[in-house]
Amino acid sequence: MDQLNSYLFVAAILFSLGVFGVITRRNGIAVLMGVELILNAANVNFIAFSRFGGMNFDGHVFGMLVIVMAAAEAAVALAIIINIYNNMNTINVDQASQLKQ
Amino acid sequence: MDNIFINYSLLILVLPLVAFVILIFAGKRLPRQGDWVAVSAILVTLILSIVMFIAMLLDYNPGFSQESTFTWMDLGAFKIELGILVDNITVVMLLVVTLISSCSHIFSLKYMEGDVRYSRYYAYLGLFTFSMNGIVLANNLISMYMSWELVGLSSYLLIGHWFEKDTAADAGKKAFLTNRVGDIGFFIGIMLLYSSVGSFLFSDVFVGVETGKITGITLTFAGVGIFLGAMGKSSQFPFHIWLPDAMEGPTPVSALMHAATMVAAGVYMTVRLFPLFTPDALLVIAYVGGFTAIFAASIAITQNDIKKVLAYSTVSQLGYMILAVGTGVYVAAFFHLLTHAMFKANLFYGSGSVIHAMHHALHEKHDHETDPQDMRNMGGFKSKMPITYWSMLISTLAIAGVPFFSGFLSKDAILAGTLAFAQHQPQHFLLPVFGFGAAAITAFYMFRLIFMTFHGEHQIPELVEDIHESPKEMTGPLVLLASLSVFIFYTLPRFNPFSDHGWFTDLIVPQTAVVPGSMTAHQITEYSHHAHGLAMGLSITVAFIGIILSVLVYLKKIIPAETLAKKMGFLYDWSLNKFYFDENYHRFLYQPFLNLSNKVAWIDWELYDRYFINGFGLVTEWFSRVTGKFDYDGIDQGLVDGIGRVAGATGHSLRKIQTGRLQNYLLFVVAGVIVMIIVQAF
Repeated sequence: MDQLNSYLFVAAILFSLGVFGVITRRNGIAVLMGVELILNAANVNFIAFSRFGGMNFDGHVFGMLVIVMAAAEAAVALAIIINIYNNMNTINVDQASQLKQ
Repeated sequence: MDNIFINYSLLILVLPLVAFVILIFAGKRLPRQGDWVAVSAILVTLILSIVMFIAMLLDYNPGFSQESTFTWMDLGAFKIELGILVDNITVVMLLVVTLISSCSHIFSLKYMEGDVRYSRYYAYLGLFTFSMNGIVLANNLISMYMSWELVGLSSYLLIGHWFEKDTAADAGKKAFLTNRVGDIGFFIGIMLLYSSVGSFLFSDVFVGVETGKITGITLTFAGVGIFLGAMGKSSQFPFHIWLPDAMEGPTPVSALMHAATMVAAGVYMTVRLFPLFTPDALLVIAYVGGFTAIFAASIAITQNDIKKVLAYSTVSQLGYMILAVGTGVYVAAFFHLLTHAMFKANLFYGSGSVIHAMHHALHEKHDHETDPQDMRNMGGFKSKMPITYWSMLISTLAIAGVPFFSGFLSKDAILAGTLAFAQHQPQHFLLPVFGFGAAAITAFYMFRLIFMTFHGEHQIPELVEDIHESPKEMTGPLVLLASLSVFIFYTLPRFNPFSDHGWFTDLIVPQTAVVPGSMTAHQITEYSHHAHGLAMGLSITVAFIGIILSVLVYLKKIIPAETLAKKMGFLYDWSLNKFYFDENYHRFLYQPFLNLSNKVAWIDWELYDRYFINGFGLVTEWFSRVTGKFDYDGIDQGLVDGIGRVAGATGHSLRKIQTGRLQNYLLFVVAGVIVMIIVQAF
C-alpha cells in the first residue's frame, strides 16, 4: 500500500464518521462536530494530493481556506445554537421545526 | 316654355308626397294638426296643373307629347327605364286629379273637423294624390304598376279610416283583396309583354306590337290580363263588389277616390294602352263594360242608402267608359271620365253635405238609432239646403244625359260609338242595348235620389227644423263642380250644345291601334260620326223616359212604388239584394276557401305539428339526454375529474417523503451517493 492511499483511507474514515455523526446525532453541537470532521477529512485529502500529486502548495492554500471558513462557520452555527437554546430551552435539532409547516 | 311641362309635372308628383311625409311624422305637433300643409301643397299642384292646362290650350297642338326617361336599373340584359310622359291626355287628367283632390281637401276641413285621426287623414289624402299622379304621369308599365299598388294601399287606408267600426275595417280589406285579384292579371299581362318586347316603356311596347314581336293569342291574353287590373280598380263586373262597401270611408274620400279619380284609373290605363289591345281583347272589354253598366244601374234603382245609390251609379258609369274603350271610341271614354269626374264628385259632395246636415240634426235630437244615410229618413230638404239642392240637381241632369249639360256630350259620344260598332258588326247588337238601357235606368234612379231626398214630405218632421245648409268650405266645391257640369266648358271655343266638338276633341285625337288588322282611328271616327244623329235622338229619348217615369213614381206618386215593386216580383228582390252577389261569393268562394283553410290548418296542426314537429322534438330531447349523460358521467366525471384525482393521489403519497427533517434528507443524499458510486464501480 503506497502512502497516498493510506492518507485517503484515513480521510475516508474521517468523512464517514463525520457523515454518521451529522445524520445520527440529535444534539446540535454534535452535528456541528460531525460537520467539522467532514471538513477536516477534505483537508486531509487536499494536503495529501498536494504532497503526492506534485502540486506544490496549492492544496495547502485550500486547506488554510477551509480552516478559516470552518472557524467562521462554527462561530455562526454556535451562535444559532445558542439562540435556539435561548428560545426553546433545547438544542435538539429535531425540536427546531417551526419552519416546517 | 321649353321644359315647363316636365318640371311642373315632377313638382305636381312630388308635392303631395312631401305633404304626406311631413304630416305622417309631425302632423300631430303642427298647429291645426297640419291640415294647412296638405291643403297648401294640393293648391300649389292645382295652380301648376292649371298653368299647364292653359299652356296646352295656348299651344293647341294635338300631337303634343314630351317624355323624359332615366335608367333605374341596368343589369346588362335586364334594364328598367322609368320616366314621365306628358301629353294632352296627361295634362287633362292631372287637372282632374288635382282639382277634385283640392275640393276634397277643402271640403274635409269642415266635414272631418274634430276627427280623432285628422292629421293622418290628410296625410293619406296626400299619399293618394301622389300615387294617382304617379299613374297619370307614368310612361312605363313598371312605375304605373307601382303607383297602381300605392293607390290600392291608400284606398285601403282611407276606407278603413274609421276602423273602430267593423264594417269599415271589413270594407277596406274587401277593397284591397278584390283589387289584388285583378292586379295579378295586370302583372301577368305586364310580364307577357316584357318577355316578348324586352322593355317596359309604352313607346317600346307599342313598337314591339307593331313589328309583330308579340301577336295573336299571346297579345290577346296580355291585353285581357292588363284589363283584369282595370276591372279590379274600376270595379267592373264581377269585381264590382268592393266599391259599394268602400262607401264606409269618409264622404270626401268617396268623392275623390271612389267616384272621380282612383276608380277612373282603370279607364285611364286602358285609354293609355289602347293601341295594344287586339280586336278580341277589345270585345271582352266591351262586353264586360256594357254588362257592368246595365247590371250596376239595375241595382242602383232599389238601394235606399244615398251613398250606395251613388256607388252603384259610379260602377255603372265606369262600365260605360269601359264599354267605350271596347268599342274603340276611347277618346269618348276619356271624355266621359272627365265629365263624370266633375258631376259624380259633386254628387258625392252633395250627399256628404246632406249626411252632414242629417248627422247634426240627429245629434241635436240625441237620436243615435236613425241612419243618417238612409233616403227614407229624408225628404223635403229643398228649401233647407238650396245650394246643395241646386248643385246636385245640375249634376243629376248631367249624369242623366240631358242636353246643355256635360254628361250629355260624353254619353252621346259613347252611345254613338257603340251604335256604330253594332251597325258594322250586327252580331254584337247587345252592346248598344246595354248602353241605352243603362242610360234610361240611370236617369230614373238619379231622379229618384233627388226626389226622395229633396222633394216630397218630411219623413221625420221633428228633424227638419235642425237641418241647415252646410258651411262655405263645403258648399264652395259644390258650386264650383256644379258649374263645371255645364256643356260650355267642354265645347269651347264652339257653342253648340248638341255636339261634343270643342277643345277636347281638337286636342285629343284618337290613335289607330298598333295591332295589325285593327280598325283605323279614322274609320272608327267616321262610323260613329254617321251614327251620331241617331244616337243623340235615342239617348235624349231614353233619358226623358227615365226622368218621366221617376217623376210619375216618386214625385207625383201616380204609380205607387210599392205596387211597382210587387209587380216586378223576384226582380225587385234581386236588385234590392244586389243580385245576391255578396251572398253567392260568400257561399261559393269564401266558404269553400275557409273550409279548405280549415282542412289545411287541421293537417298542419294535427299531423304535421303533432307528429312531425313534436316527434322531432322528442327525438332531439332523447338524444340530448344521452349525450348529456355521456358528457357528465364519461367526460366530466371520468376523464376530467379522473386526471385531477390521479394527480391528487400521487401528490398525497409523495408528500410522505418530505419529512422536513434535514438529517433525513442528508441520509438520502448519502444513500444516493453510495448508489452512484456502486453503479460507477461496475
